Amino acid sequence: MLTRRIIPCFDVDRGRVVKGVSFVQLRDAGDPVELARRYEEAGADELVFLDITASAEDRATTYDMVAATAEQVFIPFTVGGGIRTTADMKIMLELGAEKVSINTAAIQDPDLINSGADRFGSQCIVVAIDARRVEGVPGTWEVYSHGGRMPTGLDAVEWAVEAARRGAGELLVTSMDTDGHQQGYDVELLRAISDAVPVPVIASGGAGGPEHMAAALTDGRADAVLAASIFHFGTYSIRQVKEHLAARGIPVRPVPPPEDAP
Amino acid sequence: MRDRVVVIDYDAGNLRSVARALAHVGADPYVSADPADIAAAGALVLPGVGAAADTMRNLRERGLIEPIREYIAAGRPFLGVCMGLQALLERSEEGNQECLGVLPGEVRRFPAAPGLKVPHMGWNTVEWRFDHPVTEGIPSGSYFYFVHSYHPTTPDPALVLGETEYGVRFPSVLARGYLVATQCHPEKSGRDGLRFYANFVRWAREGAPMPVAAAAP
Repeated sequence: MLTRRIIPCFDVDRGRVVKGVSFVQLRDAGDPVELARRYEEAGADELVFLDITASAEDRATTYDMVAATAEQVFIPFTVGGGIRTTADMKIMLELGAEKVSINTAAIQDPDLINSGADRFGSQCIVVAIDARRVEGVPGTWEVYSHGGRMPTGLDAVEWAVEAARRGAGELLVTSMDTDGHQQGYDVELLRAISDAVPVPVIASGGAGGPEHMAAALTDGRADAVLAASIFHFGTYSIRQVKEHLAARGIPVRPVPPPEDAP
Repeated sequence: MRDRVVVIDYDAGNLRSVARALAHVGADPYVSADPADIAAAGALVLPGVGAAADTMRNLRERGLIEPIREYIAAGRPFLGVCMGLQALLERSEEGNQECLGVLPGEVRRFPAAPGLKVPHMGWNTVEWRFDHPVTEGIPSGSYFYFVHSYHPTTPDPALVLGETEYGVRFPSVLARGYLVATQCHPEKSGRDGLRFYANFVRWAREGAPMPVAAAAP
């Protein structure tokens, strides 16, 4: 049976992992390659690196990180942030990323989704959507670009449908209302998008514990849950999360036993 | 060069991942699109992701179709991964594309069904249907990483080494003689996936007949 995926996420700045709290404060949480290896051993199903490196000159540090990760990590990982062209996609995929995630660039040029999917296959094109509830209009969310700083006027569900239609193989849906607060995902947003698109949805923003993940995967109908702080700061292990989900009847890949002694 | 594991270079998206997994298990993979290297390979690996039509066009443009067919016809160690499995069958529904026809069967789109997301993406179980050197130490029902929108089918149950269920039950690993092919991605399936590659490499080295062609100079 296909299992629901648990995906630790790393924000990476110049080759180092940091974690944004509500997109503002940053705390250093370590070396990406070591973390990735540790999470593979700990039972993570996939990894996401969001590159927040500001300047183009520093982008080489990201390439080094992706290449080093690919040498040592044998589960799928996605790289997002700063990918604006199919040439950018090609670099990341050739360095060893399984998928690339695009956000602002897809909003500015939706054809980028089509051209990426045509060239590399839908399976490696993730469209990330940052959405915020529209005040006074229940059940409506607006898409924000530029790391959540700029309103776009796009309706999140409509944009999700268009992104999937254009060839996105997966959607990474972040609620800006819940992100960083560890009070749970925006289950209503997840459900609205999951019900509207034929492709898998990754829930993001607001994980405080396994019960939040269970809600995203059941009521929210998400296919995968992404979290950062609760894993990076050791609040919960992947194993604890998976055991909780399994006890709730949600299919998960069991955490592998420790490596056999040589 | 009979120990050399050659990974066929035809612009496949997972080429490097497959090569890295082979390197990790000590195989020293050699990436090449040269028919002479294919003819001299100790083991041949066909990676692949993306669309069936692109895959077949890339293989054709590089003049690789006949070398691959001849290599497989000689009964030598061969591994196909993902599109590298689908390309072996007779035909794909994806663009109604004719494939290599090395194995009987067709590639079909997953059926539309409520709640069934396509692509089939994530970790799913593979159940072994018989004992095989490449599955040694990997229990039946182990989890492998999948990502695909079309799935293989075959009329010959004797070819089905592994089966997986996603809306339909489909053959996720095929095997015949020294050929083995997987719809899943062992190179992205953690420890069990690496064990699969290690098993393949060891089997190719220890159990396979010598290649018929001489090594290229």
